[in-house]
Amino acid sequence: MTNDEHTPREVPNESHPIAPTRPLYWSVRRELWENRSIYIAPLIVAAVQVFGFAISTIGLAERRRAVLLLDPAKQRAAIEMPYDLAAMMMIFTVFIVGVFYCLDALHGERRDRSILFWKSLPVSDLTTVLSKAIIPLVILPAVSFAIVVCVHLIMLSMSSVNLIFHGVNPATTWAHFPVFQNWLVLLYGLVAVALWHAPIYGWLLLVSGWARRATFLWTVLPLLAIGILEKIAFNTSYFASVVKHRLMGFAPDAFDFQGRHDPTIDSLAQLTPGRYLSTPGLWIGLVVAAAFIAATVRLRRYRGPI
Amino acid sequence: MACIEAHGLRKAFGTTIALDGIDLRVEEGRILGLIGPNGAGKTTALNAILGLTSYQGKLTVLGRDPWVARDKLMRDVSFIADVAVLPRWMRVSQMLDYVAGVHPRFDRAKAEGFLAKTTIKRASKVRQLSKGMVVQLHLALVMAIDAKLLVLDEPTLGLDILYRKQFYDSLLNDYFDRSRTIVVTTHQVEEIQEVLTDLMFIDRGRIVLECSMEEFDSRYLEVTVNPEHLAAARALKPMHERPVFGRSVLLFDHADRDQLAAFGEVRRPSIADLFVAVMGKADRRPMPNDE
Repeated sequence: MTNDEHTPREVPNESHPIAPTRPLYWSVRRELWENRSIYIAPLIVAAVQVFGFAISTIGLAERRRAVLLLDPAKQRAAIEMPYDLAAMMMIFTVFIVGVFYCLDALHGERRDRSILFWKSLPVSDLTTVLSKAIIPLVILPAVSFAIVVCVHLIMLSMSSVNLIFHGVNPATTWAHFPVFQNWLVLLYGLVAVALWHAPIYGWLLLVSGWARRATFLWTVLPLLAIGILEKIAFNTSYFASVVKHRLMGFAPDAFDFQGRHDPTIDSLAQLTPGRYLSTPGLWIGLVVAAAFIAATVRLRRYRGPI
Repeated sequence: MACIEAHGLRKAFGTTIALDGIDLRVEEGRILGLIGPNGAGKTTALNAILGLTSYQGKLTVLGRDPWVARDKLMRDVSFIADVAVLPRWMRVSQMLDYVAGVHPRFDRAKAEGFLAKTTIKRASKVRQLSKGMVVQLHLALVMAIDAKLLVLDEPTLGLDILYRKQFYDSLLNDYFDRSRTIVVTTHQVEEIQEVLTDLMFIDRGRIVLECSMEEFDSRYLEVTVNPEHLAAARALKPMHERPVFGRSVLLFDHADRDQLAAFGEVRRPSIADLFVAVMGKADRRPMPNDE
């Protein structure tokens, strides 16, 4: 530290030097300690899914025999359906969890005054806000992937045991449900959704750092106001379609549905990461997300207990 | 180098001026008591020192600008506000893990040692602890941090007298070592009178009195004047006079002790008495020590 004039009296007595990434790591762990809904909510949904599937295995063998009489494409759709449904429900669940997590992330610490404690530690506002952004962007997709894989495995064993017991070859499931391909599609989908929704989470974090109360209202009302203003003033609804596109619009670019009405993915060829990565909407969204997060970092410096 | 140095420190909230151009210098190894009525600007001053609020003017804490470099500054500065800032959802063990994870100067074994002297359980959540235990926990964390500056803002607010006494005792015996600096605000002035090395009164955003405790001891004298000497005593221009049990207690600045002894019993005033005398000049405000 001899050549750095701007940091006087530095580092003489660090009892244990800390790598720059350590505060971020511990801050993410701190978020998991505080917000156990991050994994408990998906686990509850998973338990409900498994329980529901267990009920559905009553009469599975008869239904399977009937399904096997259909043409191969319909066979596959029918057998795959409960597994895809479980994955879709999980993606939706973690989106809801992420939204409510973000709404409280920078509001809760001001409400319970603990921001004074956090700010008394050598953790920068950037580290703190990043640790909170990492939850919906990395942790929740990872949690949901792991849980869906477990749910699929449980469902597969339950159906296999049931089919064997009733004298149907369980390979009829495995043949029509390519597990690993399905998981790969899921992983790709989760990453695509997280990146696409990044500005939504950024906006929620900004509002949760800014609003004194009613974070949910402050999140939704401005969007509603702009939409209403546009509708009344110009009788158009571009803004509403932008918001809708931001919620759902990743699918047509990230996947190739080959013009079919039911959005199913049968082969890895339907994943179009190249096309997705060259979508302006993705990059505009990421830039907006970065701007929201930068604003949130800046804002936290000014924020204290409410 | 001074630990804290401020020139023309100013902060306004709208039209309310919280700090009105304060000049301040706190040397290393001092224990400064910042005393003032509610709304005087004490907490604003501490918040500026801690990088929790923006300000105008020049302020340097341990060679850094707190507003720009709060996170780096906090390696060398510890801070206890009042009892309500520890996150209620957190377990004691998680608190130790987290602080050890992010703080380069935190000695976990030391903190465990302090906690072992209390009845605080490692698995308890903060919300399950009593107010006094929360303060013990916060103090254990802070005393295990090898900081250069400790800032205490009403640290014992709402605690019973045993915890309050214990708080300052452990601070002095187990923590303070002349190389550290402590800045404390409190309304329980009597309890810190013996602890302080320096005293500062602040009112309406301005410093109205600043002295070391040695200076305090030699400058200020209080006399319980016998009625027959009252006129003579008043002629020496006391800074304050108050009636106690039908007799008058007069407070003098820079008076001759032997001369005063002729009027009645002479003693060192308490900080609270001096506070009332100094603040009373401007207008009558409630006493800082409301006990």
